[in-house]
Amino acid sequence: MSEDASSYPPIEPTNFDLIVVGTGLPKSVITAVASANGKTVLHLDPNSSYGSHYASLEHPFQITKFNIDLCGPRVLFCADKSIDLILKSGANQYIDFKSIDSSFVCDASGRLTNVPDSRAAIFKDKSLGLTEKNQLMRFFKLVQQHLGGGENENERISEQDLESPFVEFLKKMRLPPKIKSIILYAIAMADYDQDNVELCQDVLQTKDGIDRLALYNSSVGRFPNALGAFLYPIYGHGELPQAFCRRAAVKGCIHVLRMPMIALLMDKCTGHYKGVRLSSGQDLFSHQLILDPSSVVPLPLISSPTDSPRENRQILGLGDEKRKVARGICITRSSLRPDTSNFLVVYPPRSLYPEQVTSIRALQIGSDLAVCPSGMFVLYFCTLCHDANQGIKSLNAAMDSILTLPKSSHSESSTTVYSENSAEVKPTVLWKALYIQELTMDQFESINSTAMPDGNFNYNNILDAALKLFQKMYPDEELFPETVSPENPEDDNEFSVET
Amino acid sequence: MHGQPRKAPKPEDEAASAAKAEKLRNLQSQFLCFHRNNIYSKEALEVNAKLLEINPEHYTAWNYRKLAVEHRLTQSESDPDSVNSILNEELKVVESALRQNFKSYGAWHHRKWVLSKGQSSLDHELRLLDRFQKADSRNFHAWNYRRFVASLLNISEVDELQYTTDMINKNFSNYSAWHNRSVLLSNLLKRKAQVFFPKEKVLNEEYELVHQALFTDPDDQSGWFYHLWLLEQTVKADAPLLVSSWPAHDSNLILLGDSCLEDSALSPFNTFHSELGTIPLVVYFNKAVEGVNSSTISVESVLNMKGELTWKPLSTNNSQTAQVWVTYLNYPDIKLHSSEFYPVEVSVGHSQGIISSNGFHYSHPSRFAFKVFVRPFEKDLAGHGVEMVSWREDNFLLYESHSQESNPILSLDQLNIKDDHEESSSKWRAETIANEIALFRELLSEINCKIGKLTLARLLIAHDMMMSPIANKVVHSEEVIELYSDLMMLDSPHSQYYKDERSLVLLQQITSNMESLLRYCFRHGDRTSSFLGNSICLRLNNLSLSRVGSVEKLLWVQMLDLSHNELRSIEGLEAMQLLSCLNLSNNKLSSFTALGPLRLLKSLKVLDIACNEIGSHSIDTTRYLCSSPLSHTEEIGWSHDEMVTGDVNLANYWEAFLIFKDLNLTQLDIVGNAIADEKFKSFLVKIVPTLKWLDGQQLQLH
Repeated sequence: MSEDASSYPPIEPTNFDLIVVGTGLPKSVITAVASANGKTVLHLDPNSSYGSHYASLEHPFQITKFNIDLCGPRVLFCADKSIDLILKSGANQYIDFKSIDSSFVCDASGRLTNVPDSRAAIFKDKSLGLTEKNQLMRFFKLVQQHLGGGENENERISEQDLESPFVEFLKKMRLPPKIKSIILYAIAMADYDQDNVELCQDVLQTKDGIDRLALYNSSVGRFPNALGAFLYPIYGHGELPQAFCRRAAVKGCIHVLRMPMIALLMDKCTGHYKGVRLSSGQDLFSHQLILDPSSVVPLPLISSPTDSPRENRQILGLGDEKRKVARGICITRSSLRPDTSNFLVVYPPRSLYPEQVTSIRALQIGSDLAVCPSGMFVLYFCTLCHDANQGIKSLNAAMDSILTLPKSSHSESSTTVYSENSAEVKPTVLWKALYIQELTMDQFESINSTAMPDGNFNYNNILDAALKLFQKMYPDEELFPETVSPENPEDDNEFSVET
Repeated sequence: MHGQPRKAPKPEDEAASAAKAEKLRNLQSQFLCFHRNNIYSKEALEVNAKLLEINPEHYTAWNYRKLAVEHRLTQSESDPDSVNSILNEELKVVESALRQNFKSYGAWHHRKWVLSKGQSSLDHELRLLDRFQKADSRNFHAWNYRRFVASLLNISEVDELQYTTDMINKNFSNYSAWHNRSVLLSNLLKRKAQVFFPKEKVLNEEYELVHQALFTDPDDQSGWFYHLWLLEQTVKADAPLLVSSWPAHDSNLILLGDSCLEDSALSPFNTFHSELGTIPLVVYFNKAVEGVNSSTISVESVLNMKGELTWKPLSTNNSQTAQVWVTYLNYPDIKLHSSEFYPVEVSVGHSQGIISSNGFHYSHPSRFAFKVFVRPFEKDLAGHGVEMVSWREDNFLLYESHSQESNPILSLDQLNIKDDHEESSSKWRAETIANEIALFRELLSEINCKIGKLTLARLLIAHDMMMSPIANKVVHSEEVIELYSDLMMLDSPHSQYYKDERSLVLLQQITSNMESLLRYCFRHGDRTSSFLGNSICLRLNNLSLSRVGSVEKLLWVQMLDLSHNELRSIEGLEAMQLLSCLNLSNNKLSSFTALGPLRLLKSLKVLDIACNEIGSHSIDTTRYLCSSPLSHTEEIGWSHDEMVTGDVNLANYWEAFLIFKDLNLTQLDIVGNAIADEKFKSFLVKIVPTLKWLDGQQLQLH
């Protein structure tokens, strides 16, 4: 890479308002926002393609084209703030979406049951009893009335309830366990076992639960072409950072790929950040810098008391290892469901084995989303975990329940294996990968970092953090000042959701 | 589209709409000029098309286009190319009009008119429909048009049914889809098409489907309407049935001539006094039928020596279709002192011809028989010793029955016809209704839902109706009455409907068995009056009734007290052909029109309509149902003299005239109504010459 870099002509100018290293989604958004606000921005990436940890990579072992997401399983809710951001920024010109058709809850035997997430879905659902349908719909209505600022006392959820754990509120509403589990894990997307007070690291409060339901509910039917609540970018998630980068480029941002940064430049007198040295040898200066959270940068120019890399890492404080997320990718030659190719599968806590404390999400994407050759399917899995073993165990259990793993891991055969007691076919895994990511984010004076892909199903937290960071760096600037408000429904028409 | 809030117009919108109006005025005057002069030139048609594109609601403009098409088609001399281009142009105009307003009646109609010519290709129509049904899946214009196109294209009803399933799956809140489903299924069931037979299986699946909608969102009414349709399909027998008759089957009818007769051994339920020398014979069906005549109903008896009987429909609107029919048996030739029983046998429907208004034949030939015993009487007695009938409370004594007395209600059930097919399907019916009742009880235990309560009430009534021949009592009436009382409070805008329904249930409960009925049966203390004789007064007063019902069980009643209720109408009372004394005082009758059924009660002598609201409403909301002097439905043999009855303006009292002119009332109480002033009373005295007492005052004999 350094050979490539040295052959670059020198970058002009040499002084910028902001230098961003890495082209992950949060950084690309910041770059786009800063450029839209007239800041001079230099956007570097040591890699030869955009996206960093948010990229979709071409599969290395196949000749035919794959676009494998590194941050999967992930979607955008139709009503996500990220959709509004895409519209506001104008990034929608560079990206097309398709709807994820449906959601299922899975048990240990691999049986998928529909998630009745809308009125029509409740109506059609075959697994719910009539009274259960009534209870679930009534609950949805209560939430809607509450969000609509219901006038009567009984149309609102009391303050006391809002501050209570969501799981308690669901119990209070006399919802049966099956429905409770669907709401908590397949609609509100809770990660930790909400019934297990001791082990649950993240108790979902009712008010947050209601907000998540509201997001889900307003997502269903926002776009006429989208049947479900979720959208997936055609060609994979790597398209998102690219779209924002293009938007930034239109506003004058300079992008340089294949350009590692080899050193930070600090002011000798003040010890403050001044600029960066590139692998091409050029020094560039800026007021602000954003790094990758995983960057480990040698700091030869800092007049620091010690030179040990360990210490350096502590100075930059980029390691917050509180949580890990385990991710898995499988490629199959047949769909889990004969009738649909793009869908979500949720394994609520304890659904696979008693010690399963976090829910596991899996997303199957078919070739119509241009992530794999026709006739193939990509399955993304993820779950939060404390340590790698725990995460791997969960993912393997999830994969075992719905997929057949060939004995030889390099088998190319597409033979189908019938599960024991049914004629249903479990798809055979052609290729599989498991990996663990650490969730980190920190900042040091004018050196900032953005988040690693989190364990969530959408980008909301990541983008919130990115925009907050932008506003912290530039408190007086607006986000995309010149564009129309997203409330204007005409904007939605420009938003491309393919059928 | 639904659920889109109306926005206040902005100033620029107002300017735009003013400009649009100006343009419209322009086009309109041009168009009308062409229209007036029968000009169908290209230019004229273009002006018209522009006009319709902006305002598709312009009916005259559509009519002009039809004239223009006819004109141009005659000119084209059936050259297929030019015919095609003329018609295609029309389809294009319609399409652009529909783009402007896809609920334009005129535009859809014009399209149908063009396609009905059978010269245009239909390929495009389904695509057009898909577009409109996507834009608004509930648009009933599109659904209507869909039925039209489907029949032109011979699309199978099975496919169309699947389409409704798909639409309902997308959003079950769709009256149009449910409605189309009921239309299609009706046809398929009627044809007994494959997979749609037996009916029981199909209806079970439909119940299953609609339950999903009702439980998912009980507040959405579209499913409830479909459920109501299903309930109707479940409960109703297609073929009309004979429900009851007078005289009842197996009864011994005693004809009394002597007013002073005191014979407690005679059952008052079966004694009858007639001055007219005739016995009415009444047949009561479960639905309105036509074709009742001497060939479809045969009466064998010595009382029917003259042969052909004339059957009359008891219908207030002069139609030849009615639920109740009457004929009169004569007995002039019977010797006065004979003490024989004369058997009468009536056969109904042994030859075809009795058809319900929805086209089903009477298919259960049935027979009932009774005997008539004539007690001696003196012919001259009529008109003597007749005294005013008083409704005073202390004139009534609770009737005590005799054990051997025949039961006028029990005997009805022997008319219920059963065959094998009925047997199995009635078992299914009972199971289905019981299942529905259990389901909705469960739903109501979860939520408070008006339409759920109403449905439960209807189901319980249906259950009791089905069970009544067996159980001979109405098990659920208390619960139903409670449900309706509840609904009156929950849903006050419809309280009148609930009150009516509650009245019907209450009357069902009262008439469900002899024991409960006897609690309302009284003897009138004053038996000197010849037409009261031995008979019983049924007192249904003070029951908050707003409607009359269960009349089929009350055909024997000769004296009826309905005072102190909340009656607004007395519909149904016309079947009580024996009625001679009727008390309707202290009700809410607001016009003479509401008394229409009385015109068919030929035996009525004593009528009390005091303290009602007749004349106090300046606008009579029932009046539009009433035949006016100019209507041809009235057969009034009025003489010229009647029209000019001195100082009384007949036109002012037209409704009263229609009611009273054919009644031979001897006693009338009308005090306490706004209309009852001296002028009106003198009018009454003139048009009812038989009247002896008016408001308790004996009239001077002329």
